Amino acid sequence: MALRRVSKKSIELGLWHSHGLVREFSTFSLPNLPYDYWALEPVIMTEIMKLHHQQHHQSYVTNYNNALVRLEHALTMADSPTIVRLQSAIKFNGGGHINHSIFWKNLSPVKELGGEPPKPSLGSAIDRQYGSLDALIQKVNAEGAALQGSGWVVSFRNFFEQLSELHQILKWLALDKERKQLSVETTADQDPLVTEGSALVPLIGIDVWEHAYYLQYRDVKSNYLKNIWKVINWKYASEIYEKECP
Amino acid sequence: MGSFCYHTFPASSHLLVSDFAPGFKSPKLPYLSKQQERWFSRSQGASKIFAYYGLREPPYKLDALEPYMSRKTLEKHWGGHHRNYVEGLNKQLEKTEVLYGCTMDELVKVTYNNGNPLPEFNNAAQVWNHDFFWDSMQPGGGDMPKLGVLQQIEKDFGSFTNFREKFVEAALTLFGSGWVWLVLKREERRLAVIKTSNAVCPLVWDDIPIISLDMWEHAYYLDYKNDKGKYVNVFMDHLVSWNVATGRMARAEAFVNLGEPKIPIA
Repeated sequence: MALRRVSKKSIELGLWHSHGLVREFSTFSLPNLPYDYWALEPVIMTEIMKLHHQQHHQSYVTNYNNALVRLEHALTMADSPTIVRLQSAIKFNGGGHINHSIFWKNLSPVKELGGEPPKPSLGSAIDRQYGSLDALIQKVNAEGAALQGSGWVVSFRNFFEQLSELHQILKWLALDKERKQLSVETTADQDPLVTEGSALVPLIGIDVWEHAYYLQYRDVKSNYLKNIWKVINWKYASEIYEKECP
Repeated sequence: MGSFCYHTFPASSHLLVSDFAPGFKSPKLPYLSKQQERWFSRSQGASKIFAYYGLREPPYKLDALEPYMSRKTLEKHWGGHHRNYVEGLNKQLEKTEVLYGCTMDELVKVTYNNGNPLPEFNNAAQVWNHDFFWDSMQPGGGDMPKLGVLQQIEKDFGSFTNFREKFVEAALTLFGSGWVWLVLKREERRLAVIKTSNAVCPLVWDDIPIISLDMWEHAYYLDYKNDKGKYVNVFMDHLVSWNVATGRMARAEAFVNLGEPKIPIA
């Protein structure tokens, strides 16, 4: 069963069959960026994009493929301990591949309307639920208003800070397609968004792993989170939103 | 083992405890504190007690580990991340009185709460972890351990090469962020290489760590980008402090019986 799902996914991503395997098993490959490595300057420097895509994402893909090959072998040998043991490698590397494939589409260069606020239906949904786009951005960046006493703001910020200092995290603007509501989610490590709720569809994902910003922003994560909104691809997010909530 | 003087006591942050009558503003914390003792002061009529931890400096200058770990990295890692953990911990401790007066070791164990960590755990453990990590390195480090540590490694791993391979492999197969440790396991009374995620450290299982390596990306990204293998090998070849490890082993042997002492026959 796992194999069939894998094959379907691989067709969706458009791939090549790995040599030597006779079965109907397809491996995954690194998707191309929809823009040049230097296209997101000065928000994200070229070197980060190159490393992020050619090294980090590539290694997720490679390790994901390796884990799947080993899984396939274990399945044919009915080797339960190995099957179970491989799950964490698949979750981490497969999750990494899924997430980064989404991230590349979530960004777009400024001259291709990166950072432009979202159009009608998504835009008004955001206004309805969060008040304004800025309020949403604040929430995702977990900065909140500077009101000292506001329990919700303080505790949410502490939670974010703690979570992000404890794990490497990813931040998401998600659509709950059953309740037709937007939500801001945080996942740890490379857990895909669905681990937070099976009805969640990612609209925007932001990689807050250190490798995504460290070379440029060093340890000042908040600058990275402030600036990345300048290259967020709201057009793509709107398309997904309109597809799920016509 | 008395030929060098080294405090093997990993609880290295300076602890200040002071009382304040309500309405007083807490003083600014001194960031660079070199004292190791903790002192208490209580007075009659004090109504609230605060505990603060200070950021301890590494036992070498920030550029002493060049070219293997750059000054830039130490400035960001120690001055930025480690400092944030300390400040974050102090902010959290302001709100609770129950956790005051602990050494770092105690604080880590108490906040781990047997697997159900309290919110302070993550900051406390990371402060402890980083203190331990800076101490685990030295300029001109690397090479091989000597005497007791080498003997124990050879006993538990077969050979030093085998141990080194295991250590490197653990570092490279860690998912996400975490630490790699050489620990002395109390129950099993042997050395082992373990990897932990995020902020967890072997103290919480009552084991005795001997050396550690930070595998969070911020620890190596500025110097080695994505090349984890190079970072780990450089650490083993040029940075790890076996002197410190020897001291720690010596102290550990007071708590763990590693075998019959060799009594010379007359």
